[in-house]
Amino acid sequence: MIALDFLAVLKDWPLLVQGLATTAALTVVSATIGIALGVVCAWARINGTGVLRVVVGSYVELIRNTPFIVQLFFIFFGLPGVGVKLSPEGASVLAMVINMGAYSAEIVRAGLEATPRGQIEAGQSLALRPAEVFLHIVLPPALARVWPAISGQVVIVMLGSAVCGQIATHELSYFANLIQSRNFRAFEAYIIATLLYLGLAVCLRGLLGAAGRRWLRVR
Amino acid sequence: MNRRIVLSLALSASIAVPLAAHAQGALDDVMAKKTISIAIPTDFPPYGFVGIDLKPQGLDIDMANYIGSKLGVKVELLPVTTANRIPYLQTKKAHLVISTLGKNPERSKVIDFTAAYSPFFQGVYGAKAIAVKSFADLKGKTVGVTRGAIEDMELTKLVPEGTNIRRFEDNAATISAFVSGQVQLLATGASVAGNMMQRNPRLDAEYKLLIKDSPNFIGVGKGEDKLRLKVNEIIAAARAAGDLDRMAQKWLGRPAGNLPQ
Repeated sequence: MIALDFLAVLKDWPLLVQGLATTAALTVVSATIGIALGVVCAWARINGTGVLRVVVGSYVELIRNTPFIVQLFFIFFGLPGVGVKLSPEGASVLAMVINMGAYSAEIVRAGLEATPRGQIEAGQSLALRPAEVFLHIVLPPALARVWPAISGQVVIVMLGSAVCGQIATHELSYFANLIQSRNFRAFEAYIIATLLYLGLAVCLRGLLGAAGRRWLRVR
Repeated sequence: MNRRIVLSLALSASIAVPLAAHAQGALDDVMAKKTISIAIPTDFPPYGFVGIDLKPQGLDIDMANYIGSKLGVKVELLPVTTANRIPYLQTKKAHLVISTLGKNPERSKVIDFTAAYSPFFQGVYGAKAIAVKSFADLKGKTVGVTRGAIEDMELTKLVPEGTNIRRFEDNAATISAFVSGQVQLLATGASVAGNMMQRNPRLDAEYKLLIKDSPNFIGVGKGEDKLRLKVNEIIAAARAAGDLDRMAQKWLGRPAGNLPQ
């Protein structure tokens, strides 16, 4: 029988709170920029010129077919070789944005392609410019259609941020690891970290759902 | 079950008896054969590693050859691992173990130790250009360390508020962070740092601060007092002549300093 001692871990609660806050902040920043990047890439893959389409397509395939931790290590350990030195937090946000951008590009593209032809033609017949048609007529319903998939991707990126602790980003897993390396209460530390991630993921889904209903009229 | 225990007891007794009979014989054996067998590491730079010519080299190898030359005998180097270096001594395969061996009460029960001959330590390393004279100078600097290692525990106690300690998963990641310039300073064991500096001369890194000392001793067979005292004489003379400092300087980048007797 294992004797569990959760208090040994919980007495370091300020570290856990700091880690939770960093994980949440990383997720909010990288999801916001990442979705914006995804929309731009999705637009470019459908409406861009040949060269742009190839460039964006390569980016999406490169990121979606390589492990996140390799992308992260490339940015943190590799880029200093060419003079780009980022803090652990900066490297984490960049890696998460790039990752989120590639995945959401494909999700948003599915939404855009499902737009009925007549809707676009209706916009054009109202003498709206192409940019206005895209922003006001095509994009909102497209996002609404794929919002559940985007929410899921945000949660996946949030959970993926656990590996950012490997480059000394002060997020939740980093502190869980640190605490267990100090008091050797690995089981308890990871149980608590798991519960905190679970709670954060449930909250995130709730918030994203509410945001979708409020601004995108997702039913 | 019982028969097995009896058998193993009988076996160990039959091994122990000849050992006891030969105690004190190591130095005579060396002098008679004109050869001394010394267990050395080959996987622990800069103390012991294999060079591109496939020959063992390092501080421990230098020390082994030094003792051989002072005794006026040939040296037979026996590569050992961390786990089997003490058994080599217990089974009389080696006369001496010079293999970054630390002294502790458990080991003292089964083998004897000479005086210390070289330092082993965890330290802070950084480029020559960066000014670090004391732990107070670490304030505002980034220091990479492997999480949970001895140096992590000790460093955390020593640094002032405002030091940015970045903890990595393993030695490889910590070294990568330093080599790629992601951290300004590196806190690690002398062996890891020596290896890193040897492979990355362009970093121009040097030893800066001592975190914790745990010097190396030479192991001799239990009860081999004649050999132990002879080696102690050689170590004391080497220390007085500055040879221990020279060896430490050559391989570790710092003098041997005050080693325990």
